[in-house]
Amino acid sequence: MILRSVEALVDAIEPGQLVAIPPDYSGVSMAATRALLAAGRRGLRLVAVPTSGLQADLLVGAGCVDELEAAAVSLGEAGPAPRFTEAIKAGRIRMRDTTCPAVHAALQAAEKGIPFMPLRGLIGSDILAHRADWKLAANPFAQGEDPIVLLPAIAPDVALFHAPRADREGNVWIGRRRELATMAHAARRALVTVEEVVDGSLLEREEVAAGVLPAMYVGGVALAPRGAWPLGCQDLYDADDAELARYASAARGEAGFAAWVQAFLARPAQAA
Amino acid sequence: MSDGAAIRREAMLAAILRRLEGCRTIAVGASSPLPGTAALLARAKWGARVLMLGSRRHNSFTEGGRELFDFAAQGRLDAFFLSGGQIDGQANINLLGIGAYPGGLRQRFPGSFGSAYLYFLVPRVILFREEHEPRTMPARVDVVSAPGTSPPGVFRPGGPVALVTGRCVFGFDRARGRFALESVHAGETAAGLRAATGFDYDAADAAATTPGLAEEDRALVRERVAAEIAETYPRFAATLLAA
Repeated sequence: MILRSVEALVDAIEPGQLVAIPPDYSGVSMAATRALLAAGRRGLRLVAVPTSGLQADLLVGAGCVDELEAAAVSLGEAGPAPRFTEAIKAGRIRMRDTTCPAVHAALQAAEKGIPFMPLRGLIGSDILAHRADWKLAANPFAQGEDPIVLLPAIAPDVALFHAPRADREGNVWIGRRRELATMAHAARRALVTVEEVVDGSLLEREEVAAGVLPAMYVGGVALAPRGAWPLGCQDLYDADDAELARYASAARGEAGFAAWVQAFLARPAQAA
Repeated sequence: MSDGAAIRREAMLAAILRRLEGCRTIAVGASSPLPGTAALLARAKWGARVLMLGSRRHNSFTEGGRELFDFAAQGRLDAFFLSGGQIDGQANINLLGIGAYPGGLRQRFPGSFGSAYLYFLVPRVILFREEHEPRTMPARVDVVSAPGTSPPGVFRPGGPVALVTGRCVFGFDRARGRFALESVHAGETAAGLRAATGFDYDAADAAATTPGLAEEDRALVRERVAAEIAETYPRFAATLLAA
């Protein structure tokens, strides 16, 4: 059965696994994040596609993360991500700095089942200087000199995100948030929380089917109304800016962070 | 917001708008409320197409996060904006942190976002940073997220054209890898600017004053653009209206 509880959904995420997560504006499963925090999961490796905010800050702050690959971690208008910043300064996580299109390109390599993808830019950046896994190569088709960076494919174990709706077969409607599809295609399986589960097939009508991630990429779906809160979900609800500001302020200290997490865990799932 | 801060912000907005003249397609990245406002003003004035990260209304990409980068690499994008925790005299930008990278950072910034790519590919990159102090404008950045110039042989159709700060506007000469002062904002002096800037730059004997917005542009901001930028930057929009 593809439909399960949020708790059962995150049970499938094991320590050491590489988990792809979307940026704050795209469909973050805060419901699954809460379940990971509640379960006290450790040893996660996160890859942000291509940036993260609240979700990475929470998981890093709670000690769930060993390694993080991201082009940036920030709470946007609410300010810097305080637990991430602290963890980097203290050397508590392995940080793999990258740039946005490098994450997209490396996931596309995994989508195509090829070992690497070339990417423009990067030459002369200290990011490249400290990424031993990236290679500088000569463009084999160029007449003259043309160095170009090669990025190894990123194939996550899990793509974890939140979407507006799914049907009972596990087809998930993501609309134009196509980075969610890229993540899911590149990953071994997608684990998805949704605002609603609908009857019938989302693939039936052409104008709906175009926005669907089909079930063959989906390993599990859990119903979680308002499951992106305090972040937003497409045109269904906006981010709760007041709550994000409260988090940004509280999480500057360990005690405030712990209190915020406790309140987040205590919040009834559907009332969120 | 104080009068001084409002005047400074308006000068920055006007300077960015002038640098966008002739641009038909303008993208706005993360944490870029002031450039976003200038881009929406360009849209209101001459119908520029604006592609703003984090916006639903002003973002027509339908292929996900990668589309902006593919679009830029094809040369379809005219202008983009970048900032930095530090920006140095060769227009190198640092979005990673202060101290030794990667192991010994005293201060950590959010990260490089798309800078290490878009800086190379977008023809007109406008650098912006409101806080203009020796600390933010050093002779040399601690860490290079993206270099201001590239050696011959490296594919680089794009790069910086200007740096707009809370004190002044610098133009950038790519061949020389050096900034030249174009204008200082009202209330700033040439000597004060030298003292506030950690890097060396070219300057004429008498510095021009950065013009503010034209009256019709101020009205457009008030009546139209402030509400449009509020969708993506509600906090910033509130201070924009207060000004």
